[in-house]
Amino acid sequence: MTGFNFDKDSDNIVTITMDMPGQSVNTMNQSYEVFMEETVARLEKEKDDIAGVVITSAKTTFFAGGDLTQLVKISEDKIEDFMASSTAIKGQLRRLETLGKPVVAAINGAALGGGYEICLACHYRVAIDDNKIQIGLPEAQLGLLPGGGGVARLPRLIGLSDAIPFLTQGSKVKPAKALEMKLIEELATDRDDMMAKAKAWIKANPVAIQPWDVKGFKIPGGGPSSPKLAQLLQIAPAMMFQQTKGLMPAPQAILSAAVEGCQVDIDNALMIETRYFLKLALGPVAKNMISTLFFQMNELNAGGSRPKGIEKKTIKKVGVLGAGMMGAGIAYQAARSGIQVVLKDISAEAAEKGKAYSTKILDKAISRGRSTEEKKQAHLDLILATDKAEDLAGCDLVIEAVFEEVALKAVVTKEAEVHLDEGAIFSSNTSTLPITTLAEASRDSSKFIGLHFFSPVDKMPLVEIICGENTSDETLAAAFDFVLQIRKTPIVVNDVLQFFTSRVFGKFLDEGAELLESGVDPVLIDNLAMAIGMPVGPLAQQDEVSQQLALKVSKANRKLLAERGVEMPVTAGERVVGKICGELGREGKAYNGGFYDYPENGPKTVWPELRKLYGKSDVNISHDDIKDRILFRQVIESIKCLEENVLRTVRDGNIGSIFGIGAPPWTGGFLQFVNTYGLDNFIARSSGLAELYGDRFNPPKLLLDKAANGELFVD
Amino acid sequence: MATQAYIFEAIRTPRGRGKASGSLYPVKPVDLGAGILRALQSRLDLDTSQVDDVVFGCVTPVGEQGADIAKTITMVADWHESVAGVQLNRFCGSGLEAINLAAMKVRSGFEDLVVAGGIESMSRVPMGSDSGAWAMDPATAAQTKFVPQGISADLIASLDGFSREDVDTFALGSQQKAAAAQAAGYFDRSVVPVTDIHGLMILEKDEFIRGDTTIEALGSLKPSFEMMGGLGFDTLALSKYPQISAINHIHTPGNSSGIVDGSAAVLIGSEAKGKELGLTPRARIVATAVIGSEPTIMLTGPAPAARKALAKAGLTVDDIDLFEVNEAFAAVVMRFQAEMKVPFEKINVNGGSIAMGHPLGATGAMITGTVIDELERRNLRYGLCTLCIGGGMGIATIVERV
Repeated sequence: MTGFNFDKDSDNIVTITMDMPGQSVNTMNQSYEVFMEETVARLEKEKDDIAGVVITSAKTTFFAGGDLTQLVKISEDKIEDFMASSTAIKGQLRRLETLGKPVVAAINGAALGGGYEICLACHYRVAIDDNKIQIGLPEAQLGLLPGGGGVARLPRLIGLSDAIPFLTQGSKVKPAKALEMKLIEELATDRDDMMAKAKAWIKANPVAIQPWDVKGFKIPGGGPSSPKLAQLLQIAPAMMFQQTKGLMPAPQAILSAAVEGCQVDIDNALMIETRYFLKLALGPVAKNMISTLFFQMNELNAGGSRPKGIEKKTIKKVGVLGAGMMGAGIAYQAARSGIQVVLKDISAEAAEKGKAYSTKILDKAISRGRSTEEKKQAHLDLILATDKAEDLAGCDLVIEAVFEEVALKAVVTKEAEVHLDEGAIFSSNTSTLPITTLAEASRDSSKFIGLHFFSPVDKMPLVEIICGENTSDETLAAAFDFVLQIRKTPIVVNDVLQFFTSRVFGKFLDEGAELLESGVDPVLIDNLAMAIGMPVGPLAQQDEVSQQLALKVSKANRKLLAERGVEMPVTAGERVVGKICGELGREGKAYNGGFYDYPENGPKTVWPELRKLYGKSDVNISHDDIKDRILFRQVIESIKCLEENVLRTVRDGNIGSIFGIGAPPWTGGFLQFVNTYGLDNFIARSSGLAELYGDRFNPPKLLLDKAANGELFVD
Repeated sequence: MATQAYIFEAIRTPRGRGKASGSLYPVKPVDLGAGILRALQSRLDLDTSQVDDVVFGCVTPVGEQGADIAKTITMVADWHESVAGVQLNRFCGSGLEAINLAAMKVRSGFEDLVVAGGIESMSRVPMGSDSGAWAMDPATAAQTKFVPQGISADLIASLDGFSREDVDTFALGSQQKAAAAQAAGYFDRSVVPVTDIHGLMILEKDEFIRGDTTIEALGSLKPSFEMMGGLGFDTLALSKYPQISAINHIHTPGNSSGIVDGSAAVLIGSEAKGKELGLTPRARIVATAVIGSEPTIMLTGPAPAARKALAKAGLTVDDIDLFEVNEAFAAVVMRFQAEMKVPFEKINVNGGSIAMGHPLGATGAMITGTVIDELERRNLRYGLCTLCIGGGMGIATIVERV
C-alpha cells in the first residue's frame, strides 16, 4: 500500500515495516508525514481488532534523522508552516503512544535522530545486538536539537541528569551501551529474535501506557525543582559556556528545552521543544554547520575534489623522508591504516627515534585500554626505520618531510627517486614552498604533488593536497585516495606560495601583531580571539609555532619572491618578530619564551618587556572591532584565495579552514560565514574596518561581484 | 519642604552562628522577629495602633519565613490588628530597602509611623532554598551570565589587583575592630538579648566575632570558589572581562561575610507623629538611592549608589563622617574605598559582616542602627550606609544625627 507496510499476524499483532520508496534510508520528510498519517489513522480505526504494534524497517538501517535538505532552507517567513508540520509529525507520534495498545520499536539497524525519536514514542524498544548499529540523538553536533520529541521524552525515560549530557553532546551508542543506559529495554540476536521478543512483550503487556501519561508521574531522578538536581542545573550553563564560549547555541537550547519541558506536561514539553528547535534552525550557526559539516563534508568524502573517471588506487608501501615530528607522525598514521612504511633519516638513530614516536602513542593507547600489545607490535612491525635510501625500493608513494629548504628537498628527492619504480608518486610535506619549484628536482614533475599534513599528525584530521603546475590528474587522484586511506580529510588547492591554510593562518598571526602594534594589551588580543572561537589566540599561537621559525620562513619566502622579482611590503608580523626574536632573542615557547613567559609550574604570563615595547594607555579600540579584525582578516584572505584560484572549491575552503586553521565551527568555515552574515553586511562591516584600520580590510572584488549578482559562496 | 522622616529608634538582636550549633538555631524566625518588635514596643512604650505598617526585609521568604512573615510577626508579637505588614526582598539590600521604603512612606505624607527592619534565620532557612529562575532556569542563567557571588568578588579582586594577603588583612581588621567595640560596650545600647518563653537567656551578644584570629589562621583557609570557578563560572565571568587571563580565587570563609541568624527593627516617622507620641528623633533620613550595575561582576553597586544618594542630598564624599559598607566580601569594601577615595578610618569603624555576620534580610537595618550609635558616640553628623546586592544592584542611605 504505502512506504509503511501494514501486516497483521494470527495473534492480531500488526507489524509496520518502514520502507520508504526511492530512498536508501527512511527519513523524516514530507512523504514520511503522509505514510505515518495513514498508518496511525488505520491503527486507530482498527484498534479493537489489534493486539499491539511492532515498528521496524525494511532498510539496513531502522530510520535516519530529519531531512536536512529541507531544514537548511527554513526561513523566517515559513516559520508558521514549519511549526504546523512539526506539530503534525509530533501529533502522529503522540497518537501512536496513546493508542491504548502496546507499541514496540524493533530496531533492526541504526536509529539516529528522528529514528530514535520514533522509538521513544513506543512503549518498548528491542534492538539487534550488533556493534555496527548506532542509536542516539546526534542533532547537537550540527547545531540543532532533537525536535521530534527527543528532548521532551528522553529526560522522562532516563532522568535529566543522564539525558542532558547525552542530548547536549549529540551522542550515539551501540545497542549494548544503549541497554545499559536504559535507552532501550532489550537486546536480540537477530531479526527473528528481535521480532519474537517484540511480540512476546506485546502479549505480556496487552495494555500499554507511557509512564508520563500515568497520573502522578515523576521524572526519574527528580524534576528540575528537586534539590538533587539543583547543583547540576546551576552549574550546567556555565559548564556549557566553558565548552562553547557561548558561540554554539544548541547545547544551551537543549538544556533549556529539557528543563523547561520537565516543568510541564508532555504535550507542552513537546511544544516548548519545537519552539527551541525552530530558534536553532532559523539561526546562522545550524545553517553554517549543516552546510559545511554535513553536506560539504559528505561531498568531500565522496570524492568531490577528486578528478573523475580515474581508477581508485590503494597505497601498499609508503616512504617517509625525515623522521622528525612530522615524518614520525606520518609514519604512525600510515602504519595505523595497515600500510607498510619505510621511515628514512640521515642516521639509523634519528630514524629509530622517529619510530619511537609510534611506540609512545601506542603505549598510551594501551594504558587507556584502547589498544593491545599485539596490535602495537603489528603496527610497529609495519615501520622500517632506516638510514638507507635503497630501502625505499618498492614504495608506491614517498612523502618528503625534511626541513623547509628548497636545496635540501631537492637532494633528498633525487636520492630517493633513484630507487623508486616509474609509477611511484613523490610528494612533499611542505607547508609553504611552491610545489612547482620543488618538482624541478624530480625526474617526473607530473608525479610530484604536495601533501601538507598538520601537527600533530595523529590528531589533526586535515591534509592539504597541493597540485603543482605539472601534477597530473592521476597523481592527484592517487594522493586523494591515499589521504582517505589513512583516514584523513583531503582538500585540494593550487600551487601559490603558502597555499591556502598557511596563507590564511599567517594573516591570523599578522593581525595579532597589528593589534599589538596598535597598543592593545596582549592578554586582551588573545582572549578576544578565543572569544570568537579560535582555539588559541594569535600571540600564543605564534609562540607555539616559534618566532624563530617565523623568522626563517619569512626570510625564505622573501628570497623566493625576490628571485621572481617580487617585493612585498614588510608586515606587522615580520616587524614584531624581527624585533622580539631578531633583536631581543625571544625565540618561542619551545626555546626561551616568546610573547609569553612559560614558567615550569603555572600558567603562562605575558613577557613583561612586551607591554613596555608596545603597550599604550590611550588605545581605544572596541572589543567588537578587535574580534572582527581577527575574524574578518582571515575571511577576507580566504575569499582572496578563492578569487586567485588557490582554492578550487568553496567546500575545500570551508573544511580546510575549520580543520586546518582552526576556524570556529560555528562559522561553517571562513567562506560559509559570509553567507549567513550576509554579503552586503560583510561588505559594509569590512569597509568600515578598512576605513579605521587599513586597506587590508577592503572587500575583495569577488565578494563585491557576488554581492552584486545576488550570489552566495557555494560550489 | 516635604515631611521629613526621622529615626526614633533602631535595635537589633545579637547575631547567632547560622548553623545547628548556633545559639539562635532553635529560635523560630517568627519568634526572632516578634521578639524584636516586642522589644521596640516596650523600650518606647509604643502604642502599636499608631504604627501604619511593618516593612521587613527577608531574602529567603519560603518555608518558615514564607507567606509574608512581616504581617505574621506583628500577630505573633500581639501588636494591634490595625498594623499592616509587608515582606520585601532586594537580596542583601532588603534591610536597607525596608528603611528607605519606610522613609518614602513618611516623606510622602501617606503614612506617619512605620517600622522598618528585617529577619533572616540562615540556620533554619538556608540561603538559596528559594531557588529562583536567575540561577536555576538554564535559559535565564545563560542569558544573564549568572555566576555565584563569590566568583564576582574574586573577579573584583583580580581586576583591582588585591592579593590574598590584602583581603585577609582587611578581614583581620574587621575582627579586631568588632571585638574591641563589643568589649567596650559600643553595641550594648542597641543589641537586645534573645530570651526564651520563660525569659531565660538564649543569646546576649554577637557570637560570630573572632577577635583573636590571626593573619596566619586566615591565610590557612581554602578559597571557597576555586572549584566552582574551574567548572565554568570563571570562563563565563572572564568572557565579560577579557582584559585579564584568570580569576585569582582569594575569598574564603575568613574574609567573606558570615552566615548568621538575626533580626532588626527601626522605627521611622514624621516629626509630628513623634511629638504626638513623645518620641525623640535620633536621626533624619537625608537621602536614599538604589541602582543597577553590571550583573556578572554584580557587587560593584555600593559606589554608584553612594554617589547617587550624595547627589540627591547635595553632599560630597567628604561631608560624610562615617560609612557602613557591608562586608559581603573584603574586595567589595576595598573597591568602594578605592573608588570613592574614602579613608579607611571612616569605614566600618566597629567592624562589619566579616566579623559579625550578615543575616541577609536584616543587615541593612542593623548597620543603620550601628552608624547612628557611633555618630552619637563620636558626636558626628552624617553617616552613609551601603550594600552590594545580587543581580548587580547597590543601595545607599544617608542619615544625619539630630
